[in-house]
Order: sequence, then structure tokens, then C-alpha cells
Amino acid sequence: MIAWDLGYRYLHWGWKFPSPLQTYQAFVDGFTQGHLWGSISASLRRLLISFVISIAIGTTLGFLFARFRFFDQTFGFLVVALQTVPSIAWLPFAIIWFGLNDTAVIFITTIGATWTMSMASRTGIMNISTLHIRAAQMMGTGNGFRMFFQVMIPAAFPHLMTGIRVAWAFAWRALVAGELVAKGVGLGQMLQDSRDIGDTASILCVVIIIAIIGTISDHLCFKRLEDKIMLRFGYIK
Amino acid sequence: MIEISNVGKSFAERNREHYIALDQVSFAVKKGEFVSLVGPSGCGKSTLLNMIAGFEKAETGIIEVNGHKVKGPGPDRVVVFQEHGLFPWLTVLDNVAFGLKQRGLSKKERHSIALEQIKAVHLSKFIDRYPHQLSGGMKQRVAIARALAMDPDILLMDEPFAALDEQTRSILQKDLEEIWVKTQKTILFITHNIREAVMLSDRVLVMSTQPGKIKKEFIVQAARPHSIGDPLIHHLESKITEELADELEKVVREEMGDEYRIKKNTFSIPSVDSMGFGI
Repeated sequence: MIAWDLGYRYLHWGWKFPSPLQTYQAFVDGFTQGHLWGSISASLRRLLISFVISIAIGTTLGFLFARFRFFDQTFGFLVVALQTVPSIAWLPFAIIWFGLNDTAVIFITTIGATWTMSMASRTGIMNISTLHIRAAQMMGTGNGFRMFFQVMIPAAFPHLMTGIRVAWAFAWRALVAGELVAKGVGLGQMLQDSRDIGDTASILCVVIIIAIIGTISDHLCFKRLEDKIMLRFGYIK
Repeated sequence: MIEISNVGKSFAERNREHYIALDQVSFAVKKGEFVSLVGPSGCGKSTLLNMIAGFEKAETGIIEVNGHKVKGPGPDRVVVFQEHGLFPWLTVLDNVAFGLKQRGLSKKERHSIALEQIKAVHLSKFIDRYPHQLSGGMKQRVAIARALAMDPDILLMDEPFAALDEQTRSILQKDLEEIWVKTQKTILFITHNIREAVMLSDRVLVMSTQPGKIKKEFIVQAARPHSIGDPLIHHLESKITEELADELEKVVREEMGDEYRIKKNTFSIPSVDSMGFGI
């Protein structure tokens, strides 16, 4: 903090990088008068929508990969390739298909999180022990929905949880990248607007907020849930 | 009642072309009978059990349970696995009630049945525990309770006590015999422990290996409950051990080469002349 302030004073960063005081001011202004709250809630809304979609699609895909060899060798391979494509690369397509709006952002955010989720759930479901599947079959779950929801999902949960955490982080990144370009209200748009008027204090402020929300959600939400599950499964004491 | 006629199964292996695991196996288990299958490892006894359970398919021959051909796993034939196979995400109570839930029973009904079965295996104090919080013997008790809760006609037990220590095992054997006497279930029990087989069963089937076949049948005519001090039990145990010695030798030779013998004592005490060699 002190080094930061000294740097600002003596290296003459000027408007290119804000001082701690300016950043603090931007925080206060943003929350009291500005539209920081609005931006945060708009971004989180998009994030949650895409997140739920990508978890559902990813888990289903992973299940199909694990169960059907042919599907795994064809589409599964494609997914590995798709995983290496940064989701922002789909934005031009998204704009053409949906326009420069919420749907486009939600689309690329979903794409950003789906592939990694599908890979995690594939691993999770492949690692379910035959013993549990057999035990379930003999107790009459059949091989359909009941097997999926009552045995496969819980048995794969430790892996799924890892997938969910990574997917959340990926979704966050894709979201901000998408919002930088798209119109509307959101944290990414706020970054872009602040750049237009040269308000570096607000830019830094938004960056810090993104980091804080990311950390808090991972730590308070997912990590706790994961620890609880690991404890229940007996993986940690 | 289980009826097995001319059942065969082979596996493709890398070195050899075909490895015959089971060859023309036929036997029957009557209703309410306790039958053990003993044999050296690799004789196909677990494969046989998996086929009766419906997890694997027989290549040739017919497996019938209560007059119906086995097509897949079903709640009329419940397996107790060597490694319990309990669901780690469910409590003891929910594990035992799992099969009843699939049957569509209400929560109250299935919990009351599950509690009854848990009581029968003396684990009433542990209903809210998760499997990893239990000892090996307790997990196996839960597995037995889970099987009994389904009220199957037949219990298939695949070396259920093999991973337990000697003390725990003998207690569980006693409990199982008691349960069997009380419930009159048909039990097919797989083990490689000859004493265990004789102590528990009405009939012991000895299997030979490569290819897997039923080699001989022994009927245990001792009074129930079988007692470890009964000379009849001892006599049978040594007879079965003898019967199995040939088979064991086959297995050992397969693994270690031709020079190995276990039937005759081949290790000799070093004679006196060779003692002074290095001095």
C-alpha cells in the first residue's frame, strides 16, 4: 500500500494508474452514487444463468462420454480440442447469431465453462467402482434415471465438485471478456466505459471487485461444500 | 432354488488363445440350503457367482433361479461382496434402506424394516454413521443387513469375510449361521477358507482349476450349530484339504514353475556334512 502510494507520488504515474486514495474514493462513489451495485448484480445474474446451464450440459455430456465409447472417441476428442479455444473466440459468432446483447454474453460464458465441466464429470463417472454399480443394479435401480441420480451423481461427486470449481473460474473470465465488448450494464461494460473516459480509479476498483467476488464465492461456497463432501466420503478426516 | 446345468465360460487371453474359466459346471442348491463353493484362486468360483447374480453372462449352459432363467441382476438374489460395496455418501440406515426405496416403499416403512435388520446384526447404535466411520467387520454386517432388508430368496456371498481378521471373522460366521437358521434363506457361499466352508454349510462343493469344474461334493452331517470341536467337522476339513492339495499344486506350479512342489515336503534340513563347509 505504502509502496503503491509512493510510486504514484514520485514516479508521476498521473492518470495512467490511480493512487490508493483515488481508488478508495472510486469505491465509495461507485457504491453510493454510481451504478456499481447494478453492474455487480447484472453480471452475477448472467454468470449464474450460464453457470447453471453449463453444469447441466457438462454433466450430461460427461455421462455420455463415460458410457458410450463411440461418442467419447468422436465428440469427446472434439471437446478436448474445443477446450483449448478461449471462449472469447466465439464472440464474433455469438454477435452474428444473437446480436450484441445479453444472450451473446451468456452464450460465451456457458461455452467457457461447459467443456471443462464435461471433462471433470467424464472422469468422475468413469471412476465409479463397478462394485457400486452392481450393488445398485441388484437392489433394483435399473440403468436409467434412478441409477443416474441416486448412484452415479453422488458417487462422482468429488470429481464433479472439482469440475464445478474450475468451471466457475472459467465462467468468470469468459463473462468479463464478453461484457467488455457487449452493450448493457455489467462489470465488464463498466471497465470499458471507464476506459473511454480515462477513469483509471474506477477500472482498478472493478478489477478488485472481480477478484474479491471470485475468491469469496470459491472459498465460502464451493470450498466449504467440497470439504463437507470429502469429509462425508471419508477422504479427509 | 438355484439350478445350474452345463455352464461354461472362457476368456480371451494374450498369451494363450482361450482360457477356459468354467467347463460344463452343473449343480443345484435346494431351497433353504447352505452350500459353499471352495477352490483355489482362479478356479472361476467368483465368475460362477457373478453369473448367478446376473452381472455376467454364461457362454453355454443354463442358469435358473426358482425356475426362471437368469437375465440380469435382480432383488431376488442379493450379493454380499467381499468389499462390502456400501455407498459412502449414505448413512448406515440409508444404505440398508436403499433397496427398499427402489421398491417404492414410504420413508416410514423402509426405515422401520431397515432398523429391524440393523438390529439383527447388532448395529443399532450406529445407524447415523457413514461407512468410512465403521470397522471392516461392521461394514460387512451392514452389507448383510442391506441384503436381508431386501428379503431375497437367495443370498449370494462372495468371500464376505476374507478381508477380516480371524476374531472378527469367527464372530461373523457365528452370526451368519444364526441368521440363516432364523431366516431359512438359501445361501450360496464362496470362500477359499476350508474351515469356514465346513463350519457354515450343509454341503461343500470343491472346485478344480483350469478348467474350473466341480470336483467333489461333501455333505456336512454335523448337528447345528456346527461346533469347532466336533470330530466330524475336523475329519471333513482334513479330507477337503487333501482334495484341494492337488489343485493348489497346479496353481502354484502355474505361477512359479515346474520345480515347485507343495504336496511332499521337499525342503530338507541341511545335513551335518555340509555344515562345516565355510569354516
